[in-house]
Order: sequence, then C-alpha cells, then structure tokens
Amino acid sequence: MNAVTRQPLHRSLGLTDGEHERIGELLEREPNDFELAVFSLLWSEHCAYKHSRALLAGLPTAGDRVLQGPGENAGVIDVGDGIAVALKVESHNHPSAVEPFQGAATGVGGILRDIIAMGARPIAILDSLRFGELDTERQRHLFARVVEGVGYYGNCVGVANVGGEVEFEPAYEHNCLVNAMCVGVLPAERLQKAGAAGAGNLLVLYGSKTGRDGIGGASVLASQGFEEGSEAKRPSVQIGDPFTGKKLIECTLELLDAGVIVSLQDLGAAGLASSTSEMASAGGVGLDVDLSAVPVREPGMEPFEIMISESQERMAAIVEPAAWPRVEAVCRRWDVDATVIGEVTRTGNLRAFHAGELVGDIPAAILTDEAPRYLVERTRPARLVDDPVSPGDVPKSDPSQALRALLESTAGASRAWVTRQYDQLVGSGTVVRPGGDAAVVRLTPSRRAIAISLDGNGRRTWLDPRRGGMSAVCEAARNVACTGARPAAVTNCLNFGNPERAEIGYELAEAIEGMAAACRALGLPVVSGNVSLYNEHDGRPIPPTPVVGVVGILEDAELAVRTGFCESGDVVLLAGAGDSAMDGSDYQKVILGEVAGRIPEPDLEHEHVLHEFLAAAAERGLLRSAHDVGGGGLAVAVAQSAIAGGIGVRVEEPGDLFGEGDGRVVVSARRGDVAALRGLATGIPLRRLGAVGGAEIAVGPARVPLSDALETFERALPKIMDGPA
Amino acid sequence: MSARVAVLAFPGSCDDRDALRAVALVGAEPVRVWHADDDLDGASAVIVPGGFSYGDYLRPGALAALSPAMAAVRDFAASGGPVLGICNGFQVLTEAGLLPGILRPNTHLQFRCEEVGLRVQHESAWIPGAVAGDILTIPVKHHDGCFFATADQLDALDAGSQVLLRYVQNPNGSLESIACVTNEAGNVAGLMPHPEHAVDPVLGSVDGRILLQGLIEQAAMLTLRDRSSV
Repeated sequence: MNAVTRQPLHRSLGLTDGEHERIGELLEREPNDFELAVFSLLWSEHCAYKHSRALLAGLPTAGDRVLQGPGENAGVIDVGDGIAVALKVESHNHPSAVEPFQGAATGVGGILRDIIAMGARPIAILDSLRFGELDTERQRHLFARVVEGVGYYGNCVGVANVGGEVEFEPAYEHNCLVNAMCVGVLPAERLQKAGAAGAGNLLVLYGSKTGRDGIGGASVLASQGFEEGSEAKRPSVQIGDPFTGKKLIECTLELLDAGVIVSLQDLGAAGLASSTSEMASAGGVGLDVDLSAVPVREPGMEPFEIMISESQERMAAIVEPAAWPRVEAVCRRWDVDATVIGEVTRTGNLRAFHAGELVGDIPAAILTDEAPRYLVERTRPARLVDDPVSPGDVPKSDPSQALRALLESTAGASRAWVTRQYDQLVGSGTVVRPGGDAAVVRLTPSRRAIAISLDGNGRRTWLDPRRGGMSAVCEAARNVACTGARPAAVTNCLNFGNPERAEIGYELAEAIEGMAAACRALGLPVVSGNVSLYNEHDGRPIPPTPVVGVVGILEDAELAVRTGFCESGDVVLLAGAGDSAMDGSDYQKVILGEVAGRIPEPDLEHEHVLHEFLAAAAERGLLRSAHDVGGGGLAVAVAQSAIAGGIGVRVEEPGDLFGEGDGRVVVSARRGDVAALRGLATGIPLRRLGAVGGAEIAVGPARVPLSDALETFERALPKIMDGPA
Repeated sequence: MSARVAVLAFPGSCDDRDALRAVALVGAEPVRVWHADDDLDGASAVIVPGGFSYGDYLRPGALAALSPAMAAVRDFAASGGPVLGICNGFQVLTEAGLLPGILRPNTHLQFRCEEVGLRVQHESAWIPGAVAGDILTIPVKHHDGCFFATADQLDALDAGSQVLLRYVQNPNGSLESIACVTNEAGNVAGLMPHPEHAVDPVLGSVDGRILLQGLIEQAAMLTLRDRSSV
C-alpha cells in the first residue's frame, strides 16, 4: 500500500476535513465510500467552481438574444431567421500536458458533445493553444502532438476548424494550455436542456462502453481491495474515438429530429456521477441508476468505477417509455450502443444500484447546489507596477530589422503550419478561413453568417490582470467586428494558477472584473464558460490567461470583410485611437527581450463606437479590408494586411510603430469611398495612413520588400517544426 | 432532364452533405444512399464522398469497399455508369479494385488542407471544355492522399490516358504528381481534391463545378444511349 491510502479516505480523494464534515451534516449520516467518491468529484474545483463561482456571478449574462445562459452544457443565442447558435469554450490543459495527442483530441471531443447536448449540429471548432518557447525538443513535441490531436478529432468528425490562436511563452513550458471552442446551430425553437423530467421516464445511456479510463484521483479506492502491486495501472487520460464521436453526433441529431428525447446531457468530467446528478438536480427530480446495466469494457468493474469513469463518446438521455423502441432503432441504425440504465423518480435523490443492492443514495441538489464556495483572498502581486515604461526607456533598434524580426518571431509568424493541418472547409460554411482576425461561417440556407474569434493574451494580462481581462474581451470582439459582424455573445475560459494563493486570487478576481466591465460596456452577455485553475509547476503559476470567445452576427455572408489589402490605389486608414504602449508588447518580448511595465487601459466606450463603425461601414460595402492592430502594433498589422492581400503598401506617417493597445483597426477603402467612410466615423478618429500598392511594405521608416516579408512570415514556423525546406 | 446522382453515406462520411449540396447547386437531383442499402435508388451517376468511412479503421476505404452499397456501385460501374470518388471516396474505389493504385499516408505524415493547382492532362468527358494545360484550383484536405502505383500500373495509366489531373505543386508526395485517375473504361474517376468544395463563389473557387458537370453529362449520355438502344 502506498502512503496515500493511510490517510483518511476523504483526504486521499481531495476533500478537506471541513468538506467531509459538511457532507455528514447534509446527509445526516456518514457517507459510504461510494458516496464519498461521488462527492469528491462533484465538489471538485472542476465540477463545482468552488473558488470562482462567486466571482463569475459578476459577469453580465442577460441579453435580448440570449436563449440559454451559463449553467447548461453550452450557451445559446438567437441569431435571427429562426436560427440559434450554441457556443462554449473549455480547457483540456492538464490531460494535454500528460499526453498531448489524446489530451487535445478528447478536449475537442468533449466540447463537441457539450454543443450536441444543446440539440445543435456542431459547425465550427476553434482552438487556443499555449506552449513554452519552441527551442526545446519537448516543446516542439508538445506543440506538434497537440495540433495533431486537435486535427485528428475534428477532421475525423467532420467539423470545420476555423481558427483560434497559438502563443509561445516560457511561462507555459511546464503547463501548456489547450482550450477548445465549439459553435453549433439549431432551430431556435428546439433548444434542448439537461434537466430530467417525468417520473417513470427512462434514463438511456448511449455511445461507447464504459471502461476504467479516466478514473483519476479516485483510483485510491480501487487499490483498497487488492493485494499490493496488483492495482491496475490505468491511464487517467482518456482516449478519444472520433469515429464513435461522429456517429454520436449524427445519431443524436436524428433522435432530436424524431422528437423522442425529453432531455439530453453529455458525459464529461466525473462521468455518470456528474451527468446524472446534474440531470436530476436541474429537473428537480430523482434518478435511480442501475450500474450493473451499464455496458462495460471489462468484467469486474466496481460500482464507483462505473459511476465516475470518464470514458469518452457517451451521452445520456431521458426518454418516455413509449419512445424507447424508436430510440433503440435509431441507435442501432448508427451502430451505437443504447441501454436503459435507470429511470426518473419523484425522490429528488440520486440512487445508484449494483447487482440489486443500493450502493449510494444522495439528494441530487446537495451534490450540485450545496458544493462549497470559497471567496478567494486577494493580495496584489509585488510584480505589478503603477507606471508604464516610458518611451525614453525603450532602446531604439533599426525599424526595418525589427519589423522583419517580428514577422519571423514565434509571436508574429503565420499560423498556417497549424491551420493547414485542420479541415477548414467541411460543412460548406467557411466564408472566411483561418488566418484573419475572425472566421466567418455562413448559416445556409439563410443569408446570415456568424463571425467567431477566440483570443487571449497572457503576457499582457500578467502586467495588469484587470486591464488584461478588459483587453481580452475588447480584442476578441474587435476581431469579430473587423469582419463586419456585430459582436453578440461571449464564452470564456479562465486559465489561472492555484486560487488558494492570495496573489492568484487577486489575478482571478481582477481579470474577471475587468472582463465584466468590458462585456457590460460592449453590451455582450457571457453565455457559457469554463475555469481551469491550479495551472502551476513547482509553485510557479502560469500568467493569468483569460481566453475569450466571441460570436458576432453578419446579416449577409457576402458582405464579410477580410484582412488583406485588395487593389493598388486603395486608401489605408487607421480607425480608432486607443492608447498604445511597448509594455507587454511583442516588440518588448522579441526585440528587447524583457517584458515589463503596465498595459494601457482600454477605452471601453470608444471600443464600442469603433465596432459599430466597422459594422456600419461593412454593411454599406465601404471596406476593402479591415485588420485589428494587435501583437506587433501598427507596423505588423499593416504588414499582415499586405501579405494577406499579396500587394505592397506605403504608409507615410504611422506614428507609434510597434506599441500595442486596444481600439485601433487598419482599414482600406476605395479612394471614392473615403468621404462616405468619414461620414460614418462619428465619435472615432479616422486617420489617413497611406495607400495600397507597390512591391514593398513601407510603414514609415520600417521597410521590407513584400516577397521577403511573405517568405519570412510564412516560413518561420515550418522552419522550426519541419526543418529547412 | 436532370440526372439523379447518388451520394453514398457510410458511418464516418463527412463530406456527403457537401456533395449533396454541390450536386443540387449544379442542377442535378441528389439522392442519399445509405451504406447498408444494396441499390442505388434509380441513380444514373454515383459520388463516393469524402470523410473517414468506418473511422479509417484497417485502412482508409478498406471497410467501406465491402459494404452492400459498394456492391451495387460495382455493378453500376460494370454496366458503364459514371462513378466519381472524392478523397475518402477515391480511397474506397481503389480498395474496391475499381481504380488502379492506392493512397498512402502523405509523405510528410501531416494532414494537409490547402488550395492546390491541378493541371489538366488531356480532354476528357470528366472535365468538359477543359484542354491540356488548363489549371483548376480546388482544395485538398487529407492525411492519406499520396498516390502510389507499380511501374507497370503507371505505364498502363499513361498508355490508356487514364491520368486526368496532376498537381502543379505536389502536396502529398503522390507519384508523378498524379491527382486524378480513371479506370481503363473511363467511366470511374477518383481524386483527392474536393470538387464539391469548389462550387460556390462565396466560399472561394468554383473550379470544382467542371467535374460535377462531367459526371452529370456522362449520366445524361448514358441515359440517352440506353433509351436509344431500347
């Protein structure tokens, strides 16, 4: 026996003494081992958001378009024409650090099932990835295998991967971040929910068989009944099977079309334990579950193992007894196992049986609603400073060389090495493909389209968590606005260190408050999200990394605006005028080699007006291109528009070349449209920068031949990952 | 008269819905044929679509080649009916022995999604109106698209003018940059690029339409011939 099992069981399972005591009070008796295992998972940070729930309550969640806010498997908004869109982002950081391929693949599989559970057909995947610098074999391996895993699952299930982001920072070396977002469409009137209903209705489990994978920390229970050394060494990382995942999507959609599903839930973290307690609790009913009825992969599985297994590609549905034969027939047609494993009761309790014996009996609401909540302590980290680095402190380097270096850096280089490994096209919806500010996916047969962006910036948030939180929302929304879409809703994934430490508590609280302020100012409801805490290695936390997904609405897919310049003679303008600074910028990191200072505060009012200007201009067809000024500042933004369009540009008086901040977008327009554009720009500055044309990218003193810039930008990541061509 | 085009659907097919949509877009009547069905529902042309039929288990296309629907396609092809295999569909047709060669994993071992240029080798009913040297721009997206054939097979392909399209820049290591081949009789064609993803100007290139037109025109010819022989 190992040392872990000598301490009280609840501690081995990760419950505190106080939590253990509270369970006894709520149950009015001692829990048995099975029940304790269920509590340990449902009351875990991952399922119960113990340290973040109080803070998350500050995020705005209401809005005219919101059909479903946080609390279900995913958020849902009404995008018009009878179409609703489900969206959610989720982390799979820790599994990916252990086994990058399967960790990333099952991250995609999990988020897909969240979208399916809302009754939606998944139409787009985005991924937000963070690794250490690519100068070690280990980091290149992690990066390559995570990308392969994301691609493997998404390609195989036939859902287009349309974008996302990749960042490389030393601080993520031991704790890579893998966040996956999925967007799905459904008829607005067919929103599906998880809450069980109707005593006597059947609980149906369908999809893969249940195995011992993903038992994780609770495996301490398994070793108790065995001889020393006989414990099965099982992977705590789950293995994905996208083929079954694909069948599950199609089978579920067919079941929904047939109208035979009362409620629907995916099986994710904590498996049956979490999905059944959530179904019962949300519906205000009880569920009896017969664990011996669950199809298993191997004999001899203990009841608790069946209850908490995280085997992938499983869904649970409540169906009326009369509908069961039809459910069974649809599942059989798709070669998907479907089994009745229980029924809805009036008890309000989650009762688990095995071989005819009651093995656990817990009021469902206790598991979901009575989970402990902790208020984080907040201590401002000593590294934070009040003042930005003053411009005088920034050493000057040759601007042309700096621009070239930024385009070649892992911060600024093309992400095509990643995105070309993903199917961007399946579904025939991808109007604007990855590589721009946001993807645009049309919603056939409607003329409408949605624009989607997934963004974060750990380096900048590290310098000021509150402003970083604001900026993450502003940037993701601005990216969407650059396509001409009006930002409509937010989903978010909060990646932080150990919240029990007051400095992390400060970062978490500040970042969420910053996000909340930005969402309110931009009129954006947060409809779903996920929190990933304890991202640390040897006591060193990752930078606070809120990742924000925004979905926006375009009335007409054909009016989508792209990043690249179009035609010689077009006028280049800078829309908006946010503060910019070197602090936290790519320039600081890549050219100066030291990140310091404080990022500017986004002007939220101004940001909102800028987004409205972009939408209005796009609607009237006045924009030839639009590109957010983000990493690398104005010089890199202008260069990227030139590279994307395959045409040069001349900017005479750029101002701040490399500083970063919110509220600025580089647009181009036909000469004859500039006056009309100025007419729309009320409340924001619109400054003429220069003109499109030629074979050179010239942004003030920074000058690089277009062909060199293209080669540098495109070849940087392939050179690192695949070697010289 | 519009041709009725069967699009097969296996468990794991992904681009079947795209193919159905594309067929309708070029003016033909699409019909979905389930893998377990053994007739083609009166279709006069067949598309074996892209995706990961049966999860690519065993080998891409290997299990689908044994399905009841493919038995029907085999009969249909033997009677001269036009059959187009796209991506996984190309893999299925080679596994079924309806097309020569095989598709290996890309030489760089990565999935690759990008627009590719395809150079027309000679005039053919599959690409009506195109002449040798024309370039079509159509996307590829696959992990196992490296065309391989024995030296004898390659000689036979050349002798029979069975290579329709070659990559301008080889994206996957295919022998002799071969992108699209036909069977000896010329009524079965397979390619890794996705013509059904190049039919709508809002989404990009429309160069894929020509292959779908070719499929439909051949179906119409066949129907006429059958009629006149009665």
